[in-house]
Amino acid sequence: MTSSPEFREITLTVNGREHRVRIAPGETLAYLLRERLGLTGTKIGCEEAECGACTVEVDGEPVVSCIFPAEKAHGRHVLTIEGLARDENGHLVLHPLQQAFVEHGAVQCGFCIPGQIMTAHALLRHNPEPSREDIRHALKDTLCRCGGYPSIESAIQAAARALREGTPVPRPEIPPSIRAGRVVGRPRPRPDAVDKVTGRAIFTDDLKFPGMLYARVLRAEVPHGILRGLDVSQARQMPGVHAVLTAEDLPAARTHGLIVSDWPILVGVGERIRYVGDALAIVAADTPDRAEEALAAIRVDIEELPPLTDPVQALQPDAPRLHEGGNLLKHIKVRKGDVEAGFAQADVVLEHTFHTPIYEHAFLEPECSIAVPQPDGSMYVYVGSQIPYADRRQVAAALGLPEEKVRIVGQHMGGGFGGKEDIAGQIHAALLAQATGRPVKLLFSRRESMMVHPKRHATQIRVRIGAKKDGRLVAVQTELYGDTGAYASLGEKVMTRATTHSAGPYEVPHVKADCYAVYTNNPPAGAFRGFGVTQSAFAIESMMDMLAHALGMDPVEIRRKNALREGSVTSTGQVLREGVGLLECIEKVEAEMRRLSDGQDPFRPRRVPGKPHLVRAWGFAVAFKNTGLGGGAPDQSTVEVELLPEGVLEVRTSAAELGQGLVAVLQLIAAEETGLGPDRVRVLVMDTGRTPDGGPTTASRQTAVTGNAARLAAQGLLKAVQAWASEYYDCPPEAVAFRGDALVAGDRTVALPHLVQAMRDAGLEPRTRFTYHAPETRPLGQPGDMHFAFSFAAQAAEVEVNTRTGEVRVLRVISANDVGMAVNPLGLKGQIEGGVAMGIGTALTERFIVENGRVVTDRLARYRIPSIVHMPEEVHPIVVEHPARGGPYGAKGVGEIVSIPTAPAITNAIYHAVGVRVDRLPVDQEVLLLALTTR
Amino acid sequence: MRRLWNLYLRPRTVPEALRAIHEAPQPAAFIAGGTDLLLDIETGRHPRPHTLVDVTDVDELQALEVRGDRLFVGAAVPVARVAASPLVRTHAQALAEACALIAGPQVRNLATLGGNVAHALPAADGTIALVALDAQAEVASPRGRRRVPLETLFLGPGRSALGHDELLVGFYLPLARPGQASAFRRVMRPQGVALPILNAAVWLRREGDRVADVGIAMGPSGPVPRRLRATEAALRGHALTPERVAAAKEALLREARFRTSKFRASETYRRLLAGVLLEEALQTAWARAGTA
Ligand SMILES: Cc1cc2nc3c(=O)[nH]c(=O)nc-3n(C[C@@H](O)[C@@H](O)[C@H](O)COP(=O)(O)OP(=O)(O)OC[C@H]3O[C@@H](n4cnc5c(N)ncnc54)[C@H](O)[C@@H]3O)c2cc1C
Ligand code: FES
Ligand code: FES
Repeated sequence: MTSSPEFREITLTVNGREHRVRIAPGETLAYLLRERLGLTGTKIGCEEAECGACTVEVDGEPVVSCIFPAEKAHGRHVLTIEGLARDENGHLVLHPLQQAFVEHGAVQCGFCIPGQIMTAHALLRHNPEPSREDIRHALKDTLCRCGGYPSIESAIQAAARALREGTPVPRPEIPPSIRAGRVVGRPRPRPDAVDKVTGRAIFTDDLKFPGMLYARVLRAEVPHGILRGLDVSQARQMPGVHAVLTAEDLPAARTHGLIVSDWPILVGVGERIRYVGDALAIVAADTPDRAEEALAAIRVDIEELPPLTDPVQALQPDAPRLHEGGNLLKHIKVRKGDVEAGFAQADVVLEHTFHTPIYEHAFLEPECSIAVPQPDGSMYVYVGSQIPYADRRQVAAALGLPEEKVRIVGQHMGGGFGGKEDIAGQIHAALLAQATGRPVKLLFSRRESMMVHPKRHATQIRVRIGAKKDGRLVAVQTELYGDTGAYASLGEKVMTRATTHSAGPYEVPHVKADCYAVYTNNPPAGAFRGFGVTQSAFAIESMMDMLAHALGMDPVEIRRKNALREGSVTSTGQVLREGVGLLECIEKVEAEMRRLSDGQDPFRPRRVPGKPHLVRAWGFAVAFKNTGLGGGAPDQSTVEVELLPEGVLEVRTSAAELGQGLVAVLQLIAAEETGLGPDRVRVLVMDTGRTPDGGPTTASRQTAVTGNAARLAAQGLLKAVQAWASEYYDCPPEAVAFRGDALVAGDRTVALPHLVQAMRDAGLEPRTRFTYHAPETRPLGQPGDMHFAFSFAAQAAEVEVNTRTGEVRVLRVISANDVGMAVNPLGLKGQIEGGVAMGIGTALTERFIVENGRVVTDRLARYRIPSIVHMPEEVHPIVVEHPARGGPYGAKGVGEIVSIPTAPAITNAIYHAVGVRVDRLPVDQEVLLLALTTR
Repeated sequence: MRRLWNLYLRPRTVPEALRAIHEAPQPAAFIAGGTDLLLDIETGRHPRPHTLVDVTDVDELQALEVRGDRLFVGAAVPVARVAASPLVRTHAQALAEACALIAGPQVRNLATLGGNVAHALPAADGTIALVALDAQAEVASPRGRRRVPLETLFLGPGRSALGHDELLVGFYLPLARPGQASAFRRVMRPQGVALPILNAAVWLRREGDRVADVGIAMGPSGPVPRRLRATEAALRGHALTPERVAAAKEALLREARFRTSKFRASETYRRLLAGVLLEEALQTAWARAGTA
């Protein structure tokens, strides 16, 4: 490979400004914009023309800039996201599209948003009054994993109207919470939305440091084997290569892991390779290309072994042991009553086995870490991570530093969904930075991302269910095999949740559940939105429909009859005392579904008039999901609030913002409690140097746990200010309050900067910190509460099956979610839409293929996440609010529950439409058609 | 960023392009939108070139116009323009429909019809439409220019018959006369690669209730895109009765060589779909021809 770059100079106009730029051969327009012009609003999600995140306009037409050769931009006009907003006398004026995306809650993690807006901008240029079909046609390949497609659609329509009529952007109509306060429970755009629509929001890959090196990782690419030899001598000699590290060079810890430290940082010679993504060597060089070339120069000798690819096979006595303790990570048991006695009472007993495959998070932002060594010997790591303090612990252990010497500086995260809880590149970047003394960036390619990070557990679930003639459940027995892949990650916790939820949100007197979480040579499996419950809900909700069918009952009726309600006892023996909104979810969805069915039985197949090969029907499913870690794990979060001299209340916690909207929730809570205006509140997250430990962002816990901590910290601050001010201004404490952007004390109004100064002069810091401990829980198997709260949901999906081709379309979805209290209704809407989108992916579009331990679906072109064209015509959100006693204002988890019932609702609808039971996800249209034709 | 080439040239005329591909440091390759080529280089399916010769600035390759009794579509016309062109919609609706289905606008503005053909996949949407429409390709090389039937451009899946120094200039399509129409239809799978499981393009000339003439292509129905002549023969000259359609479907299943593509579709599935697609495209074209 020739590597003497002959630079060329080109001229182009970007956002109205002419630039002469020197470019290297092989450069893309995306690279030119991001690296040479610093316009990092243009995002790179795939580099394969698949996701649309890099969309810019060239001469007025949208193009993907990631495959657009920079040379080709010579003499052209380029418009990027940075070129849309105007500056009027130092005042930022958003383009109506940007304004509409903000107001309509279309912005979640924000990573796709520049691409969405640019694609929409080009659409409106040609078509000022686009129909829904026009929008879908134009945005077909501009992917949003947060799935806020309906909001994106309505934002574009609102902007189009504003542009046509020259009027302000119309706002969406979103009802407030039934328990809304002054600001909590009322719709309000999230605080980071403006940065995200203008391209100013900084994600890790947008950062650059002087002298920064680029890292690459040599992956095993073999699912199972023993590393016999590794020769890096040639790579070390190469020009521009600053470090090549192998296991021999590890200064301290050799493994990492969130719970079990079983994951080698680098596999050493003589050691076992357990999956294709295992790291063998890491390289830092002055360009990404050179790093890549160095990888190619490393000689590897691997003795390949046959891979274990199936958990059942891995548990055979003669299977090779992948880990010292054997291949069984954990056997999880749930016992309630006497299951055989239960079956003996049953009038009907059914049994069936279901399969769910591996799923990939496919967050649009690939993993990126930048480690920056500090003069005092400490190490900063810039990364978007769901658990910054766990990163700190693991990075410190790997570097051999005390934890205080490592600072995780969280960045905007382009989606996580559970896939950014484990270590990805943090340790490797830090090791290279330590070895070279220079900043090191490690950005995963899309292929690497898809191959390396832990996925959703593929699970085989056998369900045996017994009921009385009237539909009342008497016994449920489940057996689950969860494929946890090469390393433990959060496998034990995930599969525990799958198991404890495997009898569904029903009161069943006799339950027996056994789950085996098993190591294999597949990519590791860990946390993924739904945390195991996605899998078991698919099985039990399919089974409930089969039972209804066997008993000749209505699918809604059988669920209503058995639904958990106040006073119910769960499978783990927990008595539900309050906050059980399942029945209300069921009833509201049912009413809406029947309304849309015009009095006909929604579960009866209906042929489309004039097109009898298109058959429609509804399907129904329910779910529950714990809020918080539970199971006896201490669940706490610390929040610090401080009034800053510039008159802003800063709320600090390491809890993570992955797009789900936590910063908005904390902003609203702090404003509500103090009386300040939300615009006076700033939320700082994910920085172990500046924010106290908010605990992991998982298990839908942050609104409840960190929300409470924020509420109490804000209350504490208000009290402290009241106490001080009442003395200082000589008025009763009740007469002291924040109002908007000032403090009112008696008849005086004090500007915030003044207040801060006065308090500081008096030797007081206007700052409080609160550690909130969630109500205590009990481990599985012990009496008492395993979880402090549950969220509940019901969904109905209407599908259309093409009986000639097997194709399935989702037409309408109704989604009711009991979230305790809607702290941020606009954010909740986005979460509900995104949950449905992800559920559609789970049911219909996503198929992660691993063949003999090798990942086949290693690019977005092969692993399809739902696009706007897969969205139903309507996602009807219904908010149900049965408060949890422990949550702030009664709020409980949102993030996961919204996605869980979608897949079984869809497969149940398919059954009602054409009588084919899907027991293996995703739905395969070919299998469906074959089933239809061989009947 | 990965460096996929060293030298990038932007010739303005056909002779310049031909000279460039010949004289530039080798290996050299033509590039249009790069939507196939760059990904192929990246994944190692195409050897890494030293020089890329961009053909999209060559005016002749950007033309889209009626020339005599033919519609000319330049090889470097982006498929977005093909899809939106009133000329193409009038004379070659199947082609407009096929091109509108390719990717999203930000790819359609780059991807070209020439690239779609030169990439030589047996189920490329634009290519299948061109084949059914009886298109001819104009090819320029240092040895001169020639006009050839589209079907002669393919050797096998992903293997074009074009020589390394041969440039596709454009495609000639017959103009539609009254009673002539075409239609395109495809079935995708929501999972996996953006290639159709099966697509079908039908062109026909309708005289009263008779199919006077017909062109049919389906992809993938063999290693290369091609007309399904036995299927056409089963229809040509006959009234479009259910029996005729059934006979055409039978001919299709005898003639086409459907196969199983791993992770995509089985042969059985394709055989089930083939008749459905044929009939749907046929009926659509038939109805259109009735009003044309
Ligand atoms: C996200 C995405 C979705 C897609 N969806 C579809 C789809 O649904 N259906 C479909 O059919 N295709 C689809 N494609 C592929 C489609 O974009 C390409 O086939 C495109 O038409 C190729 O044109 P190009 O200009 O990009 O070719 P390039 O990639 O530039 O070139 C392809 C090949 O053609 C050669 N070549 C290009 N122009 C000429 C010329 N004038 N003369 C001689 N040789 C030439 C090149 O040397 C190269 O070998 C998709 C692609 C992407 C990225
Ligand atoms: S980064 Fe260009 S399309 Fe994904
Ligand atoms: S907001 Fe679209 S990917 Fe997150």
